[in-house]
Amino acid sequence: MRLELIARPSPLRLIGFPMLALALTVVFGSSLALLAGANPFQTLGLILRGAAGSQFALLETLNRATPLIFTGLAVAVAFRAKLWNIGAEAQLYAGALMAVLIGTGALGWPSGLLLPAMAGAAMLAGALVLLGPALLKTRFGVDEVVTTLLFNFIMLLFISMLLEGPLKDPMGMGWPQSSRLIPEARLPRIVEGLRLHWGFALALIAAGVVWVIQSRTTLGYEMRAVGANRQAAEFAGIPVGRVMLKTALLSGGLAALAGFSEVAGLKGNLTLDLSPGFGYTGIIVAMLALLNPIGVVVSAIFVAGVFVGADSMSRAAGVPTYIANIMLATALLTMVLAIALTRYRVRWD
Amino acid sequence: MRPEMGAQGPVLRLDGITKRFGALVANDAISVTLWPGEVIALLGENGAGKTTLMNILFGHYTADEGSVEVFGAPLPQGNPRAALAAGVGMVHQHFTLADNLTVLENVILGTQPLWGARLDMAGARAKLARLAEDFGLAVDPDARLGTLSVGERQRVEILKALYRDARILILDEPTAVLTPQQAEALFAALRKMVAQGLSIIFISHKLHEVMAIASRVVVLRHGKLVGEVAVADTNPGALAEMMVGARITPPELRAAAPGATLLELRTVSTPDRGTARGLRKVDLALREGTITGLAGVSGNGQGALADLIAGLEHLSGGEMLVHGAEPVTWSVAHALNAGIGRIPEDRHKTGTIADFSLTENAILERYRRPPFARRGWMDWGAARGFTDTVIRSYDVRCPGPETRIRLLSGGNMQKLILGRAMEGAPKIILANQPVRGLDIGAITFVQTQLLAARDQGAAVLLISEDLDEILTLSDIIHVISEGRLSPPFARGTMSAADLGRWMAGEGFERGQDAA
Repeated sequence: MRLELIARPSPLRLIGFPMLALALTVVFGSSLALLAGANPFQTLGLILRGAAGSQFALLETLNRATPLIFTGLAVAVAFRAKLWNIGAEAQLYAGALMAVLIGTGALGWPSGLLLPAMAGAAMLAGALVLLGPALLKTRFGVDEVVTTLLFNFIMLLFISMLLEGPLKDPMGMGWPQSSRLIPEARLPRIVEGLRLHWGFALALIAAGVVWVIQSRTTLGYEMRAVGANRQAAEFAGIPVGRVMLKTALLSGGLAALAGFSEVAGLKGNLTLDLSPGFGYTGIIVAMLALLNPIGVVVSAIFVAGVFVGADSMSRAAGVPTYIANIMLATALLTMVLAIALTRYRVRWD
Repeated sequence: MRPEMGAQGPVLRLDGITKRFGALVANDAISVTLWPGEVIALLGENGAGKTTLMNILFGHYTADEGSVEVFGAPLPQGNPRAALAAGVGMVHQHFTLADNLTVLENVILGTQPLWGARLDMAGARAKLARLAEDFGLAVDPDARLGTLSVGERQRVEILKALYRDARILILDEPTAVLTPQQAEALFAALRKMVAQGLSIIFISHKLHEVMAIASRVVVLRHGKLVGEVAVADTNPGALAEMMVGARITPPELRAAAPGATLLELRTVSTPDRGTARGLRKVDLALREGTITGLAGVSGNGQGALADLIAGLEHLSGGEMLVHGAEPVTWSVAHALNAGIGRIPEDRHKTGTIADFSLTENAILERYRRPPFARRGWMDWGAARGFTDTVIRSYDVRCPGPETRIRLLSGGNMQKLILGRAMEGAPKIILANQPVRGLDIGAITFVQTQLLAARDQGAAVLLISEDLDEILTLSDIIHVISEGRLSPPFARGTMSAADLGRWMAGEGFERGQDAA
């Protein structure tokens, strides 16, 4: 069996295979619902309605997509340069921590100054969190998959320590949570009365900025070159190590914005359950988007929709929400295969 | 000198083999017959269909049409084991041996029953010794393969095939890694095999070797069998024409006009990098209007010298003068700023980025400078304009500048790299294996460009493993062996055999060893 590169894939191929992947995902998810004793058509309908069936549902999906866009972009930027950042979760919490440190009354600035300061500090913290593993990689060849992954646990335990100690909310009735942000530190809603905060708009802007960086700047060209062929990049005189570090700073900063936006836009304080694995789900989002920053927005909304829809379906039909995780995993696997099949033909000989 | 056919029929018959890959016909109704005790050469350019044909014989591919017969019995297709069992052995260009095993272990690997309690080492050892004796392929059976030279490894690879009782031996470009003397020793062994009734298919594009070893030549071009002649009835010129399908005009050579020294190495050493050998007290001067050829068996320090000049390697001793001055720091950027045009050894791994467009590849060495970028912003319009110029001036055949470069043939890829290296009219040109694997048309183009650059005053360093190429193009020749550099030899003072002795390490002063 061999794979043959197709020079010019037909439109049918480009659309057909991803559609087939989606169909397979739906069929597989439905058969699981059947196993759980529910009517698969009803289940599917409930998921769709829960994700996009009303204004409320749609905004809920977009709210859930916001942190996923940030972490998806963080992963997409890093993976494009073959810097395997599995630590978006840690960078997210670093960003959330900075938002809380600055936004709970330490600075009494007006919103117009306070929010940019919080976002900036968050990005800086996230960037520094990833800089460590990146330096270990470029200097000593330490595998960043291991270091960034393990850093997630270090960060979570560190936050846990802070929430049990110095950052503990004196009014929190003993819960491990931080004090609440002052009103000036909250991201306002985009439209008054609608439950969608400015974090979503910021995420869209971030996606646009990443797209511009990748396609229009020398840094983006360098990052893509280093990722596509490190040896050729070195030969051409691209400073591979420095590009890796810059990539790490950008990626860490983007992931940290997810933490900032969740705290300032949605939760209002820092708790240990701020992120139900947004950092890890960001990997799925980025892979589904083929690391394309605009694609990240689309795939983040799709992934968020599956989660939100499955939550609502689970409440209505009594099918476990795990079905969402399984559907996403199926979607990822079939989609990656389908995308390979749009570019390669399988030859059996 | 066709052998007596007598009672024996042909040992191998390929009959009407056709193999298509999509629209490409890699083999078009090819029929070849091999008789006992003869050597036939399979001649053709890259992409002519030699490898496809041998892969069909060896069971890696299945032919769309046609049949294979070995010793009169049809060979089931698509099964490498069937070919091995029928007595067909293949010696690949890239050896398939395990470095951490001994010679004997390598040879018997895969021949002993999988679930046997113990290996029959004594029997294997005796058989190996007998084969080595019979064919003059002496090698220590207990030596670890990792410690052997390339020539010795090749002997092991051949012994491995013979150990499996091969009666038909296929050799794919066997001399590519050998000095002329080692090649002669190989030929002597092959002649002994033939004398004992083995038959050999010798795949090559080196004409004088084909003339020396084969009795019959089969020429392929674009997947078709275009000629089959006895060696006695032909000459290298006629074979080359048959192979290419046109008259070949070698690049025109004008007398060199050497000028000032542009790059000089004085007792330069570089560190060893893993298994890659560094330089040992090398003296070298690249002069204006001169092509300096560097001959040597691969892996003897060519990489280190190329990396040093390209800006990727640093000195551990001695000094390097570029345009008469010693650079304070040395990097790729400095090399480019010093006007060094660089053609890397491996166009796929280091020369280009496969998934980048022609445009993105063309500006790889100067993307940071105007007009391609200003203050960190790319100007893709300027980049495309530059790429269009390169495509036109260097005859790069492609659908357009936005095509991904992986879709281009090796020749067109190399033309883009050449254009990229030459566009700034570099004063110093590093050409590392510039024509390896290209077809004759592209070879002539690249060589003509290098000669033109020389005539306009550039200092060219040509690194090649092909002695003919070195002898044809170089005004000055150095030989590199184990990181040491021979003195310069002027054009016409050395024969291939002379160079071969230097390549094998003879002639170097003992003092240089100590370094």
